Amino acid sequence: MSRFSVGGMIELEGLTKRYGEKVAVNNLTFTVRPGIVTGFLGPNGAGKSTTMRMILGLDHPTAGQVRIDGKRYDQLKDPLTYIGALLEAKAWHGGRSAFNHLLCLAQSNGIATRRVREVLETVGLTAVAKKKTKGFSMGMGQRLGIAGALLGDPRILMFDEPVNGLDPEGIHWIRNLMKSLAAQGRTVFVSSHLMSEMALTADHLVVIGQGRLLADTSMADFIERNSRSYVRIRTPQRELLLDVLHTTGITAVEAGDEALEVDGSKAEQIGELAARHGVVLHELSPQQASLEEAFMQLTAESVEYHAHADALPSEQQELRRQQQQWGSEWRRS
Amino acid sequence: MSTPQPPMPQTAAPNWQAAPGSSYPSYTSPIPVVRTHLGHALASEWTKIRSVRSTMWTLGVFVLLVVGIGLSVAALIAGNASEGSLSKENPLSFGFFGLLLGSMCIITLGVLTTASEYGTGMIRTTVTACPSRGRVLVAKSIVFFAVAFVVTLGSALLVALADVSMLDAREPSGQEWLKGTLGISLYMALLGLLSLVVGSIIRHSAGAITIMIGVLLAPLVIALFMFSESLQDLQQALFEYSIPNQLSVFYSQSLSNSGPSGWDPLWIMLGVTAAAFAGAYALLEKRDV
Repeated sequence: MSRFSVGGMIELEGLTKRYGEKVAVNNLTFTVRPGIVTGFLGPNGAGKSTTMRMILGLDHPTAGQVRIDGKRYDQLKDPLTYIGALLEAKAWHGGRSAFNHLLCLAQSNGIATRRVREVLETVGLTAVAKKKTKGFSMGMGQRLGIAGALLGDPRILMFDEPVNGLDPEGIHWIRNLMKSLAAQGRTVFVSSHLMSEMALTADHLVVIGQGRLLADTSMADFIERNSRSYVRIRTPQRELLLDVLHTTGITAVEAGDEALEVDGSKAEQIGELAARHGVVLHELSPQQASLEEAFMQLTAESVEYHAHADALPSEQQELRRQQQQWGSEWRRS
Repeated sequence: MSTPQPPMPQTAAPNWQAAPGSSYPSYTSPIPVVRTHLGHALASEWTKIRSVRSTMWTLGVFVLLVVGIGLSVAALIAGNASEGSLSKENPLSFGFFGLLLGSMCIITLGVLTTASEYGTGMIRTTVTACPSRGRVLVAKSIVFFAVAFVVTLGSALLVALADVSMLDAREPSGQEWLKGTLGISLYMALLGLLSLVVGSIIRHSAGAITIMIGVLLAPLVIALFMFSESLQDLQQALFEYSIPNQLSVFYSQSLSNSGPSGWDPLWIMLGVTAAAFAGAYALLEKRDV
C-alpha cells in the first residue's frame, strides 16, 4: 500500500467497524502525514476513538485496513518507539505509582529507565512520580498519559482529546508541544470535537460524522472555503430595497426574523444604494461565519446526539430517536 | 490594573504555511530501537505485579493463613494428643487446613493479575505497548506462577518442618516429603494460574473470583445435599474430584479410597488449566480490548 520510503505515514483504507446493527466507523479512507499536525474532528460519537483504537490494533476492523508505514500495528516490533498514543484518560491501575506505571511500559519495549525520569520531567510530574495515580486530577492524568505517549520518543503520536480536563496553562502547553513535535518531522494525529481548538493547532483537517468522512483538507483551505462573510440588513421598506438591489444585480436572501442577507462584503455599496434611493435601513451589519458554524453546518446531518430535536420534521425525529437508542445500547454493552 | 492575564491563545496568525508539501522530513529518534521479545514482557509483568498493593495483601494474608493455621494446628495437636496416638500419622498432613483456606488468596491474586487490567483500562495501554497479546498472557502466567509457587513452597516447607519437629508422629517418607511440599505448591500455583486464565476470559474481577470460589467449594457443597440413592455415583465423584479432596490427596488422606491418588491431582489440574489457557489465548486474540 505504501509506496513512500519515509516513515510516519498512517494509511486508512475503507476502514469500517460495526457493532451489531450500529456502524461506528463507515468506510474511512485517508492518510495522515508526517511533519504536520493533523486534526481529527467530529462531534461526540462520530467514531474518532474507535478509529484510533483500530489504528492501534485494539479493535479489529469489520472491513478495510489500516497500515502504519505499510505494516499492521501488531506487526511492529518496537511499537512504543514507533508510535505513541494517548487514548482515554486514566488507562492504568490507580494503585500503581506514576513512575512504576511508566517503568512497566518502558520495560515492555526495552526502553531505558532513565527515559522514564525524562518524560516525567517533560510533562511536569516529577514531584508526584512516586504517588499513586488514583489521587491524580484529570489534568495530571492527562499529563501522565502524554508521558506514556512520549516514552519511546516515537515518530508518530496520536492524542485522543488531549485538552480534556486540562487548565488553560495545560492547554497552552499541549498545543505548543504538538506543534513542536510536528516541527521535528513527526506525525501528529490529534482528535477533538472542538473546531476552535483545531483551528489553533492543526495544519490539516480530517472531519468525520457518524463514522463517515466529511472532509479531508488543509486547514487553510477549510478556513478559506468556510469563513463566509455576508451583510445582514433590516429595513421597513423591504420591497423597495429588494427592487433596488435587484436592478444592481445583488441577490438578497431571506434570513428569517425579517432580515435579509447578502453574500460578500458589500456593506458600503448597499448603504450607498439605500441612501441614493431613500430606503430606510434599521440594520446594515457585515457578518463573518465562524469556523465553529462551518463545522456545525458540515456535521449537522450527522450529529448523533442533538440537544433539540423538536425543530425537525417528525419523520426525521423518529429516525434520530432510533439512532440515539442504538447509540445508547452500544454504549451500555 | 494588574489583573493576571489568563494565558489564552495569542496565536492570532497561526502558521498554516508550516505544512510541507511533498517532501516529508522524517523524524529519527535518538533512542535505540529494540526488537521486543518475551524477556521484555516478563520484566514488565514483574514490575506490574510487585508494584500494586493487592499483591502484598493477598500474599501476606496467604502466608498468615498457611503458616498461622499450620503452626496453631500443630501446637494444638501436640498439646492434646495422647502418647502414641499419632504414631501412624503422616505429620505433614496437618498443613492441609491452612493451605485450603489460603487457596482463596491465591485465587484472588490470580484473577486480579489479568482481570484488574480490564477494570482499570490498563489493558489498552498494555496491548498498545505489546501488540502480541499472546505474549502478554504467557508473560503474566510465568511471572504469576513463579511468585505463587515460591511463596507456597516457602510457607508449606515451614509448616512441614514445624509439624515434623513438634508432633510425635512417624517419620514421613521421601515421597511424602516431595508431595507435601513440592507437589502441593505446584498444585496451588496451578490453581492460581487457572484463576488468572479465568480472569482473562471473564475480564471482570468480582465475577471471575466468584466463579473460582464456586469451582473450589461448589462440588463439595452440592455433594453434601445429594441424599438420593440414584445420585450416589455422582455424589462420590463430586467428593473425590473436588479441589479440597484433591489437595488432601497430596497428604495421602483422601476422603475416600477410590478417586484420584498419588500425583493424579497435579495432572488433572494441569490438564484443566492447559485447556482453559488455550481458550483464553484464542479469545484474547479475537476480541477487542
